[in-house]
Amino acid sequence: MSDADEPMADPSHELADQDRPAAAEAPPLAGRIPRATGRTVPDAPEEIVINVADVAIYYGSFCAVGGLTVQFGRREITALIGPSGCGKSTALRAFNRMNDLIPGARLTGSVSYRGQDLYGPRVDPITVRRRIGMVFQKPNPFPKSIYDNVAYGPRVTGMKVPNMDDVVEEALTSAALWDEVKDKLRQHAFGLSGGQQQRLCIARTIAVRPDVVLMDEPCSALDPISTAKIEYMMTELADEYTIIIVTHNMQQAARISDRTAFFTTEVDDATGRRSGLMVEFDRTAKIFSTPSDQRTEDYISGKFG
Amino acid sequence: MAADPHDFDVSMATGIGWSSRRLREGLVRRVLMAAALLSVATTIGIVVALAVPTVQFFTRVSPVEFLTGTEWTPLFASPHFGVLPLVTATAVTTFWALLVALPLGLGCAAYLSEYAGRRTRKIFKPLLEILAGVPTVVYGFFALTFLTPLLRDIWILPGKGPQIYNALSAGLVMGIMIIPTVASLSEDAMSAVPDDLRAGARALGSTARQVTTRVTIPAALSGIIAATMLAVSRAVGETMIVAVAAGGTANLSLDPTEPMQTMTAFIAAAALGDQPTGSIGYQTLFAVGSLLFVITLIMNIVSIRLVRRYREVYE
Repeated sequence: MSDADEPMADPSHELADQDRPAAAEAPPLAGRIPRATGRTVPDAPEEIVINVADVAIYYGSFCAVGGLTVQFGRREITALIGPSGCGKSTALRAFNRMNDLIPGARLTGSVSYRGQDLYGPRVDPITVRRRIGMVFQKPNPFPKSIYDNVAYGPRVTGMKVPNMDDVVEEALTSAALWDEVKDKLRQHAFGLSGGQQQRLCIARTIAVRPDVVLMDEPCSALDPISTAKIEYMMTELADEYTIIIVTHNMQQAARISDRTAFFTTEVDDATGRRSGLMVEFDRTAKIFSTPSDQRTEDYISGKFG
Repeated sequence: MAADPHDFDVSMATGIGWSSRRLREGLVRRVLMAAALLSVATTIGIVVALAVPTVQFFTRVSPVEFLTGTEWTPLFASPHFGVLPLVTATAVTTFWALLVALPLGLGCAAYLSEYAGRRTRKIFKPLLEILAGVPTVVYGFFALTFLTPLLRDIWILPGKGPQIYNALSAGLVMGIMIIPTVASLSEDAMSAVPDDLRAGARALGSTARQVTTRVTIPAALSGIIAATMLAVSRAVGETMIVAVAAGGTANLSLDPTEPMQTMTAFIAAAALGDQPTGSIGYQTLFAVGSLLFVITLIMNIVSIRLVRRYREVYE
């Protein structure tokens, strides 16, 4: 591990435990240094968790998104940004094989997870999704109690847990929700506010201890205060998890991510159909200051999109 | 200069059109209200029509004898008015019907909503609803002339096997009859569960089966309960199948291979005979009818409670 990664990794574990109760009392949102500028991000990821090489994703014969070549580094936050219809959500769903559930979806190129081909013939998509979790755009808690929502994953995956109560508490604490719900764990999840529901969904995802957490515009349905809480929580989670987030919000990408992949749309001259294309992938600081592609610069500077 | 868009008559009172429109609206309102009142009035009328002869019946037979007696021979010279044999017969046939209809109906619903493709669903659902349109007398005949002989031929369990008239084939065929009810209503309830929840469960590493059993079915429980209760009501109230296939002798037994007479079958059989108005036989019909009414009413109340308790509201 490099010295760039070191201060993030180890002391943070201890820090996190002392930090969290205090964090819940008064979320230290203000004055927190944006992650992207607050640390040195190495030129290339130290340890690649997911390696995407020359991937294109099709729905039938229609190419939804192409030109995907990205390396997702361990304990980094990578943002996928770009205008609507650029295929960033489609790309995200390819990283835990959620696209398999859409009839007609297929993929060319290679996605490998820690050296294994994610789309290899012997890979079980169920296992993939247990390692690579996902949080959706709209909060989608199950119609169950708060407790049962968090315990769902460990239960269905047959995770060996000595004490489910501890798992639930830990997941809710990591998702910065514990203090708000600890006295009403048996209450129905639908009673929570939108922001709380989304944090519950994040708690539910990390309760199965995944390696990677995919987030598909997790804050787009939330108000700014809930968004701020979740952003702060994500930077905390990045001490343990590899996070890939799709966002419409460029400021959000700039605030929390280490690296950014920029996508755009492009019209096929022959068919007139619009499909997505990954344009550029780099350190977030570089994407937002000196992007190498003109299209990125136009988007960042607000000329389109 | 272009015409001023505000340059028109702004007077709100427009004379003739207004009053005739009001008249028509009022008429529609009254016709619709009459339709609503008529159905309520009919229900009240039926209850009263049931209640009067029932009260007369209970002046001649004690309610205790009626509800706890084990012998039902109301039309004999020395009559006994214990309704229990009819009630157990209804319970037995309903039990066997549900044993068929619930697993098959729910299985069918789960398949259509969770596994089948759009095309399969489009073909399957109307087919299922055709099954619901078959007249019940046909089902009764099917039970008597097909299922009963078949059961008698293949019977391998101890005992003599089903008699010509028996509760088992009536119950089983009644189950087949209510499969579409259970399947169609449960499928509606399961399809109404938002796909977000399925995606969320899938993303946590659930298999398709786990999504169905742990997310979709619990989320659709309210609708599934409603479907089940409707199925029970239909089984309890079903007349033709049991009258044709289960036999016409009141028989206090839980053995489905024996003939038995359900409450509905008794009413049908006794109403076909000539019971002089005001005779005890006539009043018996109404007493059994009232009991049936009360049983289904209680079931409906319970079902409404359950449906409310398990209802999930999605945005």
